Parts: sequence; C-alpha cells; structure tokens
Amino acid sequence: MRALSHLDTLEAESIHILRESVAESERPVLLYSIGKDSSVLLHLARKAFHPARLPFQLLHVDTTWKFREMISFRDRTVDELGLTLLVHQNPECLAQNINPFTHGSAVHTDMWKTQGLKQALDKYGFTLAFCGARRDEERSRAKERIFSVRSPQHQWDPRRQRPELWKLYNARTAPDESIRVFPISNWTELDVWIYIYRERIPIVPLYFAAPRPVVRRSGTLIVVDDDRMPLEPDTKPELLRVRFRTLGCYPLTGAIESTADSVPEIIAEMLVTTTSERQGRLIDTDSSGSMERKKLEGYF
Amino acid sequence: MADAVCTGSHRIDEYLRGLRDLDLLRFIACGSVDDGKSTLIGRLLYESHLIFEDELATLKVDSARLGTQGGAPDLALLVDGLTAEREQGITIDVAYRFFATDHRKFIVADAPGHEQYVRNMVTGASTADLAIILVDARKGVLTQTRRHSYIVAMLGIRHVVLAVNKLDMVGYSAEVFDRISRDYRTFAKAIGLTKITCVPTSARYGDNIVTLSANTPWYQGPPLMRVLETVEVDTTAAAGQPFRMPVQMVNRPDSGFRGLCGLVVGGTIHCGDQVCVLPSGHISRIAAVVGWDGNKPGAVAGQSVTIVLADDMDVGRGDVLCAVDAPAIVADQFDATLIWMGEERLLPGRPYRIKIGTRVVDATVTELRHRIDVDKMIRVPATHLELNQIGVCALRADRKVVFDPYLDNRDTGGFIVIDRITNNTVGAGLVRNALAPSRNLHWQALDVDKSARARLNGQRPCVVWLTGLPAAGKSTIANLLEKRLHALGLHTYLLDGDNVRHGLNRDLGFTDAERVENIRRVAEVAALMVDAGLIVLAAFISPFRADRDIARQTVSAGEFCEVFVDTSPAAAEQRDPKGLYRKARRGELLNFTGIDSPYEPPTDPDVHIDTSRQSPEEAVDAIVSWLRVHALLD
Repeated sequence: MRALSHLDTLEAESIHILRESVAESERPVLLYSIGKDSSVLLHLARKAFHPARLPFQLLHVDTTWKFREMISFRDRTVDELGLTLLVHQNPECLAQNINPFTHGSAVHTDMWKTQGLKQALDKYGFTLAFCGARRDEERSRAKERIFSVRSPQHQWDPRRQRPELWKLYNARTAPDESIRVFPISNWTELDVWIYIYRERIPIVPLYFAAPRPVVRRSGTLIVVDDDRMPLEPDTKPELLRVRFRTLGCYPLTGAIESTADSVPEIIAEMLVTTTSERQGRLIDTDSSGSMERKKLEGYF
Repeated sequence: MADAVCTGSHRIDEYLRGLRDLDLLRFIACGSVDDGKSTLIGRLLYESHLIFEDELATLKVDSARLGTQGGAPDLALLVDGLTAEREQGITIDVAYRFFATDHRKFIVADAPGHEQYVRNMVTGASTADLAIILVDARKGVLTQTRRHSYIVAMLGIRHVVLAVNKLDMVGYSAEVFDRISRDYRTFAKAIGLTKITCVPTSARYGDNIVTLSANTPWYQGPPLMRVLETVEVDTTAAAGQPFRMPVQMVNRPDSGFRGLCGLVVGGTIHCGDQVCVLPSGHISRIAAVVGWDGNKPGAVAGQSVTIVLADDMDVGRGDVLCAVDAPAIVADQFDATLIWMGEERLLPGRPYRIKIGTRVVDATVTELRHRIDVDKMIRVPATHLELNQIGVCALRADRKVVFDPYLDNRDTGGFIVIDRITNNTVGAGLVRNALAPSRNLHWQALDVDKSARARLNGQRPCVVWLTGLPAAGKSTIANLLEKRLHALGLHTYLLDGDNVRHGLNRDLGFTDAERVENIRRVAEVAALMVDAGLIVLAAFISPFRADRDIARQTVSAGEFCEVFVDTSPAAAEQRDPKGLYRKARRGELLNFTGIDSPYEPPTDPDVHIDTSRQSPEEAVDAIVSWLRVHALLD
C-alpha cells in the first residue's frame, strides 16, 4: 500500500476524534452552521459511524438573518440524510428584534450567536459539542486545543486548557462543565476545499459565483438577501457576479467578485488569492484580537 | 504554489490530483525567540505564499507598534498568537501552524523555549515526526539546546535538523558552522539521536531556507525546506511494525453487524489475517474491513477503520487488536518515564487515572525511582515530582493493561495521567517495560477467609474512618464509640493517629508525601484487621480526599464508613487540648493542617457530625445508627 496522503491522514485523525468523543461523552451534539466546514464535519461524522446512524443530533443556532439559501440547503440536507436537527433562536432576540442594522454587529453576534448557543446547550444539557472551527482561521485559534474545556458559564480560559499529547484526548469534566471539540482543527481552508472536491460533498450554492444584487457597505460587498435590508432612498442594488468564501448572517458577510462556479475553479481562484478567508467577516475586524475576546465570552 | 495553477480546466484537475496526494509531515520547532524561531516559522509560511495581503497589512501595523526590526515587517509577529502574549512578548503555549509546498503538507508545533518548556515541548513533540533545533550562530550549543534535544530524544523523534541560525551575524563563516555542527553531533550521539542534518541559515534574510544561498558557497547540503520535504514520515515507518489497533467503540447498528472501530497505530492487516485480542488473548480472523464505499482489502497504520472479526467474541473499548506473532505486553505493573504537568505535585501512593490507547484505568506510582535533572543530565533522588519535572517510576494499575515499550510504538506506549478530582491532564508517561516477573507478587489464596473468621466472631467487620481538623474531637468520639461497641460484645480495634506515629509510622513526618504514605499504611493495616474479622475505628486527620478514597477502596464495598467530624477552624483552635495550634502559630510546628497545610473536607461523607450542635455522645448515636441501617450491626 502506498503512503497515505495528507487528506487520508487528516480524515483518519478527525474520525478518531469523533469516535473518542462519542465514546467518552454522555450527550454529544454537532453544531451545524451550514457552511462548508460544517458540511465536511458532517461528512466525516457519517463516515466515522457508518454503517450505523449518527449517534448524536445536529444543532443549528439560528439568527433569523442567515441567507435563505442556507436555510433551504440545511432543511434539504437533514431531510435527504434522515438526520435529527434542533434549531434554536434566542427568544430574547426575537422579542427585542435584535438585528445588525439597529444594534450593530457586536451586539447582534453576541445576543444571537454567543448567548443563543449557551441557551441551547443549557436547554438540552449537552455535555460535548462538535464544531467545525479550524486553527488556520485566525491567530488566536492556533493555540486552541482539539478538546476545549468550558466553564459552567461556557467560558474559555486559555490558561486552563489541558495539554494534548499523542492521540490521547481527555473528555472528562466536572458535572457543570462542558467540552467543545474541534475535529477539523488541523485542516486548512485549502484542505477543506480539496476534500469537498475529492469526496463530492454538497455545499450551499452561495459558494459558487452567480449574478446577485449587491450594495457596498464600508468597502465590502453585501448581497441584499431580503427586504429587511434598509437602503438609502437613492441606493439601488447592482447586479454583480459574486460568491462567498464564508457564510454567516447576510448583512455581515462580504461577497467577492468572482466567476468561479465549480469547486476546481474555486480552488484555482483560492491559490492565487491575496486575502485571508475571514476578511469577508465584519465581526472579526472590530479590532485586533477581537476573535480572542469573543472566545473568552463563550463564542467559538 | 500559485505559479502552478493554470486556467485550462483539465490542467486544474491534474493539478488538484497532485494536491490531493501530498503527504503530511508534522514537526516541532525548538528554540527561543532570541534564536529567531518565530522568524524562522514566519519565514517558512511567507516562502510558501501562505501569508495573505490583509495579514501582511495587520503585520505592518503591528510591526510599527510592537516590532523589533525598526519598523520593517517583523515575521516573528505572524506566529505570536494571543493578544496578551503579543504584548508581553512571550509565548506561553504550543501553537500549531500550517503550510504546504508542491511536495508536502506541514503542521508545525511552535513550542515556547523558556517558561514551562518541558510541558509545552513534550506536548508539541508527542506528535512530531521531526524536530528543528535552532541555535544562534553567535552562541553555539547552549544548555537550552541540550534540554530541547534531550526531550526530543526521549519522545522518540527520529529526525533532527540543527538550524545554525543568524549566520549573517557571524559573516556567513564556514568555521563557525562546522564547529557548532561538530559540537552538536558529538552531544546528540551521546543521547541517542542518530539522524541529524545541520543547515546554516539566516531566517531573517532567507538564506538556505528554500534555495541554497550565494552567501554560503561552502555549504553542499540541502536547504531546510528540502530536508522537510524528503524525510520519511512516521506513519509510513509505522506501516512496517507489528499490527496494533486499540478498539475505540463497537459499531452495532443492528444484531446482524458488529464492527470494531479504531485507528490503526501499527502495521498492516489484510482480510483473512489472524489477530489476537488483548488482554483476553482470544484469537480470531479479520472477516472484513468495512469502508464507506464498500469493503476494503485491508488496513494500514494511520487509517481509522471498522473491522469485523470472523468469530463472535466479547471485544470492547480498551481492548487492543494485535498481530498474532508479535502481540503487545499485558501487565498491571510497569516502569515508565513520567513528565509532570500538573500544578499540584505528583505523590507516590496517590491514585490517578491513566489513559493508554483507549483504556482508562486507575493507577498509582508505587515507587519513584529517581528524578532526571535535564540540565545536568543526571539522576537525582526524589520523593515527588513538581510541575515540569521528569521522573522514572514504577506504576501499578488496578487492572491489566495492554502496551508496548514507548520507543517501539508511541501510540501504544504513551499515556496521559488524569487527576481524579479536577479531571485535568496532569502528566504524560512513556512506558519503558513491564516489571520483571520476579517482582510481580502473587496473592496467596488462603482457605480460612474473612467471612469464616467474621462468622466465628459473630459480627460483620468494617472500618469506621473519622476525618477532621486537628482537635476536632475525632479521638474523643472514637473512644466513646469503641466503649459502646465493646459493651455490645463486639470485637473492635482503635487505630489512632498519634499512637500509630509512635510505632508503625515513626519514620514519617508531615510533608504531603509523608502524609499520603501515613494514610496508605494505616489503610492497609485497617484492611488486614477487617480481614481478621474486626470492627476497626480509625481516627486520622487524613486531610486529602484522594487518600481517604484509597482507604475506602482498600476494603470491600460496604465495609467502609466515612465520618466527617466537622468543626470550624476557630473552634478547633480554641479547643486545642494538646496545645498544637499554639505551637504552630508560634512557628514551632510546620505543615500543620488548617494553618499551613490544606484540609480537603469530604464532599459526601457517610456520617456528618457537626460538633457545634452535636455532643460526642450524639455523634456516637449517629454512627451506630448508620451502622445498623447498613446492616453492619444487629
């Protein structure tokens, strides 16, 4: 047998992590955010437990501000694969109509995503949550463990993280604590794309270039996904051929101009690209070190 | 990489196939910021085009604010992670970086050189195929270089690259490079490192990183990146070793399928091959290797698989599938090198959990043979291990475990130590070997047993263990209790803390380690007396929860009653019948529980006595009634 490729090795590591987590945890859940990383994570989980069904549910912490195509993709995926999905929307946000336009990206993200996630984990009593975050996404994640212990308040304390040696993961916690597990920690954005290509994993069509109605906001291209987007009287969305490198709440996710409408073309475009993936995310750019602060507060 | 991308779609497909089939090398970079380690890693990322424009823009802003290069982009800042660390200029933890060339993908463990270097280096080195050791050309081989190399050798890393860096600072001198290389090779050979490549570099200017530098025409070897791209990775080497697969879980979707899931950590297996299941020793054949898209002909080290055996047998998580002709070792006692990573020190005799492969067992260090002073490379006697110390010890597990010597297989020979109370990972262990059979003591089976003796006595033996602060009233209550039981015609014995220290334990003092040993001996004596059919009353401060747990585990279930004699520290100090608190306050007694030594109250005692509300007689009533409820007294 020839040497294993890096994708084989990464895949084996991720499957090992998924199985260890399920073996050592009472109530695991997979945080499904619909993006390409979640798609890869879901695919790996199905492989890990094949031919059995997934031994855990999926949880989507919804903000009501996701692209409509994300929600339809989510529902189709769950339906086709026969999965169980829980959707949580922070009731306080619904009551107060929290949105990025009136409240700003920081409040919007904290209330819908960070607080919403904590509520959902507490509500269902999950002891371990899988998440598709990667170490190459942002500097503060380079030091994140694969198994990350969270306090009863779901906070991350960089000084309390456990050393991780060999392939031995420690998922034990006190009764109120929980664990976040990142099975694709060691994958890069390029690995994710090449794996999607190799395994033919379905992804949300928003990753592919298409003509979409766009407005420019602080130097970023924002696709007008529905009529909740307040526009100046004289602004008219222009139709541009754009796609997304990451997906989130539509008013906070920047598109890039592109003609890439297949996975190989996306990869080709990526290899000559000059900006990093998170640049399209308005929530990270509040200040240097802002992702680190969000993690301390309990966001991923 | 970008240069190779072409626009024709079949060219893209071809190129993607190339990318898809790259293999993966994990390495660790060792050295301090002063040696230019962060600059070197930043340089590798930069040269493989993995620094994006927006990151470069952030870098330029940061360089002006924090840089050490006089405003020029400081590549080191690319790899310094957290805000707190960036501003303090220290790296406190292992960070992982990623880059790729057209030949290989890389994961770099960036381990800090100074603070807590042992813990971080061991963590980073545990998954590395190769280590880059950096030295500053102006300084040569230092104590730090030796430390890092020692840990690299101990962790079984097979390939070492010595980067003699900052060569620009010594005028690209061949003599300096040759001297440092020679010094290093002599030292490295002595500690068992064999595959060493020395490269003269300047990370700051990029000399001999990707291409050979015109500044060092005298250097004939490969540039650093070329070495990284060509050494053999561990998974490839592991494929040639005996087959090993720790079973993670049993996949049983219905009664017709029973698959054993696990990561193959050694060797190669084919359908039809015989395998041995350890520790049971049962033998079966591989009936199928189940894949996502159909069955596979076999499996190789590095793959996560699901295996179906030909025979229906009891196999579960923690068992190990092994090659029949080269099985792993099965033993409950073994020698190991232990690297301590906990804030609380390691104490021999205290129970910990250890995780080896997929098995978690309780284990204690039965003997700490010596500590290793890494700086001087000598053995020193030790009673305990502090954070970042390394020791060699004997361990005893509560069950048989399956392992290989670490240097034969890192994944079946490495284990982690988990604290039973905090659940933190507090240590890393490397199995050396099983203890020689002559040192394995076998329990002599006796015909007259505990229940026979208890029947003759007409009572049920047990241990009543009283714990609490000094002067809480433990001895008073124990005395009264013994009188009460004696009056009922029961055979009792009272073990009292002070009395035991006059005889059995007179060689022990009051350090944490000696307290652990004190309680261990008392627990063993109590267990012997229970075996003899007695009701044993033990009155000991026994400040550590873990040690009281051992005492409980030393006897059978249902034979132990933990009594917490709960007094406020102020009340105990006021009571002070022996004047010990007064002495301790004057500094005449050290390690006095409640003053300068901790007391961990029971979280869930069987009987809880509150001395502010209950008299000693009422306390005895409470204990007697507990014993009656639990059928230990009639």
